[in-house]
Amino acid sequence: MSALIEFQKVSKIYKMGDATVVAANEISMRIQKGEFVSIVGSSGSGKSTCMNIIGCLDVPTSGTYLLDGRDVGSMNKNELAEIRNKMLGFIFQQYNLLPKLNILENVEVPLMYRGVPRAKRHELAKAALEKVGLGDKLRHRPSQLSGGQQQRVSIARALAGDPAVILADEPTGALDSRTGREVLAMLQELHNQGHTVVLITHDNSIAVEAERIIRLEDGNVVYDGPSDAPEAVVTARKREKGAVGQ
Amino acid sequence: MKITEAFTLALKNIRTSKMRTFLTMLGIIIGVMAVIVIVGLGNGLSNYVTESFSSLGTNTLTVSVSGRGSSTRNVSVDQMYELVDENSEYLEYISPTVNVSGGVRIDGEQLYYTSTTGVGEDYFKIKNYTVASGRGISFGDIDQRKSVCVIGAYLNDTYFGGSGVGETLRVGGRMFTVVGVLEASSSEPEEGGTDDAVYIPYSTAARLSGTTINSYTITMRSEDYASESKAVLEDALLEIFGDSDSYSVISMSEMLESMTSMINVLVYVLAGIAAISLLVGGIGIMNIMLVSVTERTREIGVRKSLGAKERYILEQFIIEAAVTSALGGSLGIVLGYGLSAIASTVASSAIGSSFTVDPGLSAVMLAFGISAGIGVLFGFLPARKAARLNPIEALHFD
Repeated sequence: MSALIEFQKVSKIYKMGDATVVAANEISMRIQKGEFVSIVGSSGSGKSTCMNIIGCLDVPTSGTYLLDGRDVGSMNKNELAEIRNKMLGFIFQQYNLLPKLNILENVEVPLMYRGVPRAKRHELAKAALEKVGLGDKLRHRPSQLSGGQQQRVSIARALAGDPAVILADEPTGALDSRTGREVLAMLQELHNQGHTVVLITHDNSIAVEAERIIRLEDGNVVYDGPSDAPEAVVTARKREKGAVGQ
Repeated sequence: MKITEAFTLALKNIRTSKMRTFLTMLGIIIGVMAVIVIVGLGNGLSNYVTESFSSLGTNTLTVSVSGRGSSTRNVSVDQMYELVDENSEYLEYISPTVNVSGGVRIDGEQLYYTSTTGVGEDYFKIKNYTVASGRGISFGDIDQRKSVCVIGAYLNDTYFGGSGVGETLRVGGRMFTVVGVLEASSSEPEEGGTDDAVYIPYSTAARLSGTTINSYTITMRSEDYASESKAVLEDALLEIFGDSDSYSVISMSEMLESMTSMINVLVYVLAGIAAISLLVGGIGIMNIMLVSVTERTREIGVRKSLGAKERYILEQFIIEAAVTSALGGSLGIVLGYGLSAIASTVASSAIGSSFTVDPGLSAVMLAFGISAGIGVLFGFLPARKAARLNPIEALHFD
């Protein structure tokens, strides 16, 4: 069975002036449909690069990225936009809602780019907002909502188009721990419903919410396995201690 | 994404920043307004001149004879009348005209602005003047060099209390009897105007001022044959004088034409200058759109991550610029019309006759089209900048 997300020796090299930075060094991994995976690592580990590539916002310098069996690396900008629109649902740390639109319109944006007719769009967006418990605030502006509620809107926005992958980039980073837990519970719930969820975080305590952890360090995969295995966290603790000792 | 959605989006963005949008539009508003008012004034001026000329008679030709220095070769009044008779398929009436200087005196009061002209019996027909009371100048008056005159409405009303026929006045010291009064040609006859005039027989006038008769006003049967009529006269006069410098034939319709084309050139130049402010307005829109793209970098990043293709972002910003600009154009049109109406009133009361400042529909449509076009043109650069933003950088822009 082919994986939903498959990295084959994916590298990403940035040129910063004269220096070259290897952000991802021949990373290979497979994520199956329906999995809940955390990609975890400290800043500079390459997790953001991975997320950009998985999210089709960027293409690898070398190696192959197959999304649902299609080679993303050979796509042009328009094809990438279309893939993002149809296959991916983004949840950002800063919610990234459009402040001038009400939350219903916000959720409709990806559907609009997909060409869904107005009435249908309305219906889908409303259903998604009801699912995250905001069915009574459709006409509110994002600024009228709390952080947790805004993050729920962005979950609804990611969900509305029924994407193949839900990509959550530090979704709890801007929230207090209680609302953060609510958001994680919601991701768990989506996973239980059969969605593929990829969570990108630097925080081990959040990463363990997923059933599988892929740990990155300096652009390399240093752990890929179940989140309840002792090494998943122990390795991390060791390394964190080491980092403190430096 | 449909184009109508892009419009809705543009309007939403414009609504949320009214003040900025208004200030952005200001250049376009002023430009369109200026173009409309200037074109309107030009049209008004052109109409006014046309009307003034047709009241003088655009079907008239004026012949001026300067003669050949001391040469005895000349054209007599009778020759001129014959000439018109012979070419009656083109020419209709003729009247010699003699300007008399020396001023008019009524009851010992000297009138400095009153014009005195010696004319033939058909002169009033040529000029479309109507005799309100009494009679016009007759052939008998001319033949016998009588001291009679026809006066304009201004003199009649001001000096003779409206019943001037039978009264007398003096021209160049000689006493003339008023035999007729003309109808007023304007609603408010005034000093120095067409109604402040004295007409006497040309023969009397020539003797009075001691000159030969060297100016004629001739009417054409039809204005459509203006150039042919002129040519006929010129040919005949050339035959008499053998030298084209000794006379000139001026056609009123030709003068009107050259006058109108001069006004048009003037209007084009002025409208061109006003259009520069449209250009400046367009640059203002481009400037604000560039700022707007920078401000909305994050929004653009979000939209791209949600699947907006470059074309959609490009469309969104171009349409926003075009809508802003077209809205400014519409406001400019409304204000331009308002100002035109005010200008009409002011100009009419200033010159004492009807003067309409009307730019006409085509100029308005053009102004609107240009303003929308400017939006597209100057919106393109910022829109392309927005469309080409890297989504990752845009998402992390603060």
